[in-house]
Amino acid sequence: MEIKKITVIAGRGRDGKKEPLEGLELQMGDIASIVGPTGSGKTALINDIGLFADGSTPSRRRILINDAAPSREFLEDPSKNPIALITQHTSFLSDMPVYKFLTLHARIRKSGKPEVIVEETLDFANQLTGESIITDSAMTELSGGQSRALLIADAVIIGNSPIILLDEIENAGIDRNKALELLRKYEKIFIFVTHDLGIALLSNYRLVMSGGAMQKLIVTEEEEKRMAEKFKVLDEVTLHFRDRIRAGDRLAEKDLTERLRRAQKTLI
Amino acid sequence: MKVIMCAGPPTSGKTTVLKQSARKLISKGCKLAYLKIDVQFADEDEIFREEFGIPARKLYSGDLCPDHCSVLVLGDAIRWAGQEKADVLFVETAGLCLRCAPYINGSLGIVVLEATSGMNLPRKIGAMLSLADVAVVTKIDLVSQAEKEVFRANITDAADIAVVETDALHGINIEPVVGRIEKMAEIQEPLMLRGSPPVATCTICVGKKDIGWEKHFGIVRTLESDLFYRGQ
Ligand SMILES: Nc1ncnc2c1ncn2[C@@H]1O[C@H](COP(=O)(O)OP(=O)(O)OP(=O)(O)O)[C@@H](O)[C@H]1O
Ligand SMILES: Nc1nc2c(ncn2[C@@H]2O[C@H](COP(=O)(O)OP(=O)(O)O)[C@@H](O)[C@H]2O)c(=O)[nH]1
Ligand SMILES: [Mg+2]
Ligand SMILES: [Mg+2]
Ligand SMILES: [Zn+2]
Repeated sequence: MEIKKITVIAGRGRDGKKEPLEGLELQMGDIASIVGPTGSGKTALINDIGLFADGSTPSRRRILINDAAPSREFLEDPSKNPIALITQHTSFLSDMPVYKFLTLHARIRKSGKPEVIVEETLDFANQLTGESIITDSAMTELSGGQSRALLIADAVIIGNSPIILLDEIENAGIDRNKALELLRKYEKIFIFVTHDLGIALLSNYRLVMSGGAMQKLIVTEEEEKRMAEKFKVLDEVTLHFRDRIRAGDRLAEKDLTERLRRAQKTLI
Repeated sequence: MKVIMCAGPPTSGKTTVLKQSARKLISKGCKLAYLKIDVQFADEDEIFREEFGIPARKLYSGDLCPDHCSVLVLGDAIRWAGQEKADVLFVETAGLCLRCAPYINGSLGIVVLEATSGMNLPRKIGAMLSLADVAVVTKIDLVSQAEKEVFRANITDAADIAVVETDALHGINIEPVVGRIEKMAEIQEPLMLRGSPPVATCTICVGKKDIGWEKHFGIVRTLESDLFYRGQ
């Protein structure tokens, strides 16, 4: 089935009152961010989406796919499920070796020749991690960042899911800019739960949450997009020094001054 | 009377699934009764009595296999729930015996498995899974979608059974379980166990600790032989 559109029909916030925003509609290719303070219900919202809520979750929200109630098949047969949800949890519980697990999952998802798909998945994941994943180590032995990278790769390549929900990708210890760059090559609906300025501004929309309720939807304006470019330049300065620390180097103030001076040219 | 028989390893979430189901059924006007069968300790009866104000009791099976114990007492329990004017009787079993299955014909057999329990669990629990009507997977809030999907495949490989994935703690996706209870038929006499139980209630079950078949009576076996009856 070709996915064109996903709709969230509002329910109730934590206080039991109707949500201020009546709903949310995303078309294929849209990128949306869900923003709001901690505890505001961001994770609960993407869980509703991931479960194709039908009014029976605590929020009473309902999800439509292509304007219709989702088929039961989506939940009963993983190979037909159009949504991949990557949660805030960063560890695996299965002690199966990585290669075996991915092969099994590829078979369940019926996503093509397992050997080819698994190679592609590992390749994607390794572009996001500091150190490459060893394929015959147990899933439980992967680091938090490696697990997260593998889950993202699994969703995109093995799952081949047209709708991808990502909870706080920035906290995963993976290369976030690289992740975004790789993800944007795929035509999908992306929904990012995020506290990150860069990710929020790169989205077409940002959905503001508080009190467990959807408050409003903000369309990212040209001005904000221009600002996003500048934040990225600033971000790169910080990232450079983070990488130096990771590599075990000392930091030099002169280096910072020089980089800020160079950044200033593009910034102002 | 509708009879729900809930099995599954300890801490898999049986009580939590039944509580969430009870909450929804009661809000729809359904009258419940609850029975817990366990080996030596249980407090679930108090939880159901206090939280929902429904008739609830417990039974310790002691030296007996709890599933065998359930065979002996379930007739009485259904009569008791009838006297309490319940429409639905929940039976939460101990969920320890991996050879027996407590489900009876005409009941809804629910096996509760935790997604966190290891990928091979579905292959290890035999009749408890294969004779159930529905497998409820709990704790999906704690695993990745990829692992959830592999766990589901391991269940459906081991048994031809419907699977419902839930976050029972937060009451997420309990509705399909409630829907089955609403749709199911009343239990009919004669009450019959669904699968034939394996040999049990032997002298070992009742506490004789001596090693070696020569020390035991009833249905026994040697390393080389099949089962045979050894009288006292
Ligand atoms: N509409 C709602 N109705 C009832 N409960 C809700 C609703 N929205 C959220 N909750 C509950 O509120 C709690 C906090 O929500 P949630 O975990 O989604 O926050 P969050 O925005 O993801 O926070 P963080 O940024 O810390 O991850 C959860 O227990 C969730 O189940
Ligand atoms: N996170 C999470 N915890 C759960 C879930 N279901 C049950 N639990 C917890 O697991 C523990 C054992 O659950 P319980 O229902 O008592 O298991 P039982 O022994 O099978 O009756 C309790 O602490 C529950 O709160 C779930 O879906 N998610
Ligand atoms: Mg969250
Ligand atoms: Mg219990
Ligand atoms: Zn037994």
